[in-house]
Amino acid sequence: MYKVKVFVTLRESVLDPQGTAVKDSLHSLNYSEVSDVRIGKYMELSIEKSERPVEEVVKEMCERLLANVVIEDYRFEIEEAVAQ
Amino acid sequence: MKFAVIVFPGSNCDIDMYHAVKDELGCEVEYVWHDAGSLEGFDGILLPGGFSYGDYLRSGAIARFSNVMKEVVKAAEAGKPVLGVCNGFQILLEAGLLPGAMRRNESLKFICRPVELKVENNGTLFSAEYNEGEVITIPVAHGEGNYYCDDETLARLKGNNQIVFTYHGENPNGSLENIAGITNEKGNVLGMMPHPERAVDELLGGADGLKLFQSIVKQWREAHVVNA
Repeated sequence: MYKVKVFVTLRESVLDPQGTAVKDSLHSLNYSEVSDVRIGKYMELSIEKSERPVEEVVKEMCERLLANVVIEDYRFEIEEAVAQ
Repeated sequence: MKFAVIVFPGSNCDIDMYHAVKDELGCEVEYVWHDAGSLEGFDGILLPGGFSYGDYLRSGAIARFSNVMKEVVKAAEAGKPVLGVCNGFQILLEAGLLPGAMRRNESLKFICRPVELKVENNGTLFSAEYNEGEVITIPVAHGEGNYYCDDETLARLKGNNQIVFTYHGENPNGSLENIAGITNEKGNVLGMMPHPERAVDELLGGADGLKLFQSIVKQWREAHVVNA
């Protein structure tokens, strides 16, 4: 069993209106050191072991459904869960 | 000419679409549930607005994998007219039948009001009854209508005259180049954020959307009916 954490964010080249609104709000709280905020999605997947390498399967899931690669970037972390 | 209105869980403009076709256009129309395995017998496919699958993950992202979408792709490849309005447009983008993607409105607000559109291209089967450059009024109702594509795709859209409608005057959502509606390269798939089906009768506040449906039917009759 694998625990997979998937992070999806808007691409750098794509304006993030939510992130901009949050940045402005942080500035109004006097956190002037914040130069950028990007808002994204975080997903946790539990995946059974199969014949295919888990990296390959997760990448495919990201490309097909979890992210829209036209406007979003994704990255993921895979942890192998040890049975107790 | 017989139309299918595809109904997803969460569609909410399906009845408006059905009404526009049946009562205002006078054509045959049927609702088709999202798990249908065939679209045989239908000459035109309509994907209505709404919040399919609650817009979970991204608007249209889950609807795009529903069973009927395989048939919508086949219909598009066969050259049948496919119209996606609002959430229907978002589904067509996610399905890859149209290029680009939707972002949240620049204002982060859901907008619901009539807007002015400019007919950029009246050479499509969806817009032939309008005049080129004509300004029409059609309502919008969306939170994610901020169209985006990369520079290369934009150049292709322009070079191939795929931009059919743009926002005239004020851009309500921040979309690239004021884009409100685009077709595929072949010109038989149109996606647009404004709702022509909500503007088919003066009683509803305007009838500027009716010509879009009339364009589809006229083109179909010229191609299929002898002595039309």
